[in-house]
Amino acid sequence: MTKIYIPLDMAAVAMGADRLAAAVAKEAAARGLTIEIVRNGSRGMLWLEPLIEVETPAGRVGYGPAKAKDVASLFEAGFLTGGAHPLNIGVVDEHPWMKRQNRFTFVRCGIIDPLSVAEYEAHGGFVGLKRAFELGAPAVIEEVTKSGLRGRGGAGFPTGIKWKTVADAPADRRYVVVNADEGDSGTFADRMIMEGDPLSLIEGMIICGYAIKGSKGYVYLRSEYPVVAKVFQAAIEKAREAGWLGDNIKGSGFDFDVELRIGAGAYVCGEETSLLESLEGKRGIVRAKPPLPAHVGLFGKPTVVNNVLSMATIPMILEKGAKHYADLGVGRSRGTMPLQIAGNVKYGGLFETDFGIPLGAIVNDIAGGTRSGRPVKAVQVGGPLGAYVPVSLFDLPFDYEAFAAKDSLIGHGGLVVFDDTVDMLWMARFGMEFCAIESCGKCTPCRIGSTRGVETIDKISKGQDVEKNIELLKDLCHTMKFGSLCALGGFAPYPVESALRHFPEDFRKPALEAAE
Amino acid sequence: MAGAAPYSDERAREIIAAHMGLEGPALPILHALQAEFGFVPDSAVREMANALNISRAEMHGVVTFYHDFHTSPHGRHTLKICRAESCQSMGAEKQANEFLARHKLDWGQTTPDGSLTVEPVYCLGLCAHSPSALYDNEPIGLVDAETLDELVEEAKGK
Ligand SMILES: Cc1cc2nc3c(=O)[nH]c(=O)nc-3n(C[C@H](O)[C@H](O)[C@H](O)COP(=O)(O)O)c2cc1C
Ligand code: SF4
Ligand code: FES
Repeated sequence: MTKIYIPLDMAAVAMGADRLAAAVAKEAAARGLTIEIVRNGSRGMLWLEPLIEVETPAGRVGYGPAKAKDVASLFEAGFLTGGAHPLNIGVVDEHPWMKRQNRFTFVRCGIIDPLSVAEYEAHGGFVGLKRAFELGAPAVIEEVTKSGLRGRGGAGFPTGIKWKTVADAPADRRYVVVNADEGDSGTFADRMIMEGDPLSLIEGMIICGYAIKGSKGYVYLRSEYPVVAKVFQAAIEKAREAGWLGDNIKGSGFDFDVELRIGAGAYVCGEETSLLESLEGKRGIVRAKPPLPAHVGLFGKPTVVNNVLSMATIPMILEKGAKHYADLGVGRSRGTMPLQIAGNVKYGGLFETDFGIPLGAIVNDIAGGTRSGRPVKAVQVGGPLGAYVPVSLFDLPFDYEAFAAKDSLIGHGGLVVFDDTVDMLWMARFGMEFCAIESCGKCTPCRIGSTRGVETIDKISKGQDVEKNIELLKDLCHTMKFGSLCALGGFAPYPVESALRHFPEDFRKPALEAAE
Repeated sequence: MAGAAPYSDERAREIIAAHMGLEGPALPILHALQAEFGFVPDSAVREMANALNISRAEMHGVVTFYHDFHTSPHGRHTLKICRAESCQSMGAEKQANEFLARHKLDWGQTTPDGSLTVEPVYCLGLCAHSPSALYDNEPIGLVDAETLDELVEEAKGK
């Protein structure tokens, strides 16, 4: 029986993967052929979605982007044995875009059936957890610390140190919370891993729970991801049925369970303390720190809050050893980063590589430049709170410190490319507007400052006292940066200031326009 | 699309009770209430305040904090159009404004026949296929004007 893979990934579904799968099943039945359709995760070559893969003796041959209307011609062309067809991209593992990567966190994503515990185990799943049980909790934390893994949710805080703080905090209950709020524009790696390899996240959570002597894990998922909710809930149930969740996991004496919670459309709930408030059933208002969630977290108990990618990388670190991971990367940015390439690009998708690759190589070589064919003008790196980086900084290596040195951030690893038609004054205005819409309202610089920011940019756009208002805007940014409680208000100035710094001409339109 | 059931206090109490075993049950309850009735009526907020032993004002504060929950009925279908940066890089803002103008709607408004509510959304994680949208629970990549108009028609039908 021929095995066919068609992704269930939300981006693939958005491009017609469900209709494609139905059409393939129907056509096969009409031809009296028996096939097995596996709904896998995405391989990350999103411009090829939906990507059908067929298992052949030579490897998995891909066809994409395949629409339901292509199905008849695919069967005609003998795609079940890897036949020639205009959509044939050859063996997927041999594709240059795949071959350049170093897949670590995403090693199984798109390869296995995400809801098969047996396949997960056949591809190294739960090896890390078994090793964790052998090592014992303190050694697990040490292993995570030595790997150099830093939180992938944006701030880049060392994961091992966070876990140790929670483990050392005296308490009768400790929690593991996974931040799956992924609200940043240009990011989708959390979504992809939760759809394509959800058991790796569950395994990471169990390892964390074991290491910190935690009793329960929560995953807080944004409501904008309905496909993820379905897949991840099913994965929890599969793991529980197989005895990897619940009491006395595989005879280890360790009890742990995971529960999925859905957010309700608030960007600020990605901020860890706001997320905890929301999980407790309150308004998602940011808490003042200290106390840190590691000391006083969910329901007042010590809590690890980690991003999906941080947690899903843990099993591989335990499996391969800390050194293997720490040997990758540059400077203090160890390991790999799943880059999310988006916006106006030819080849958008998920590309996992070691830290240190220059920004220009990502945009020009990997992403293939713009989809519109026009020159690149700016790349926003790290989500809506990230800076706009101009082409003149394309030598910048992808590394936490190198970006920080240029008043930029890498955040969650999302890159949004803009061509030369973008108006940076408008994007700066949008950044302020977004902050105003999503502000939790607790502090004045963010709540009021963002609205004043929009007004000031509108004045600049009308040519009203331009230089004076630009000074005012800079001053406002300064106040927000240093007077805000959390990074929503504190980082909203990054896109604005970077737009002002690198694209000053967009803020100083010719007088003719201003006179209108 | 869910949300057709007429409201009753009794049914609201049942839904609330079914979630009381959870730690921090408020959000799961609100999602369940909205899935059942299409919105979160004031009476349901009162029932929740009673069950959770907090003031109605406090409960109201929770409901209104989140973009997802609404306290009055919406259209039978929802179309969320992404306005975040990646989609903007592919012309989403212009496309959305033209769409709204064509159908004489503003963000958050419902068509006069009550079939469709149009809302902005800030990223659907489909940014490699910008611009994108979400129709009820169906994601749509590379959304164009024609598709948006078809969805308005489709919503009318059901
Ligand atoms: C406004 C705001 C939104 C955030 N959104 C997210 C998010 O969606 N996902 C995430 O993992 N971290 C987000 N963060 C960062 C979290 O507060 C926190 O640093 C992170 O979840 C910690 O996990 P890590 O150490 O694994 O990165 C956000 C922070 C702020 C200020
Ligand atoms: S900076 Fe904004 S979002 Fe953060 S706590 Fe202050 S008001 Fe809330
Ligand atoms: S910005 Fe629109 S889907 Fe991400």
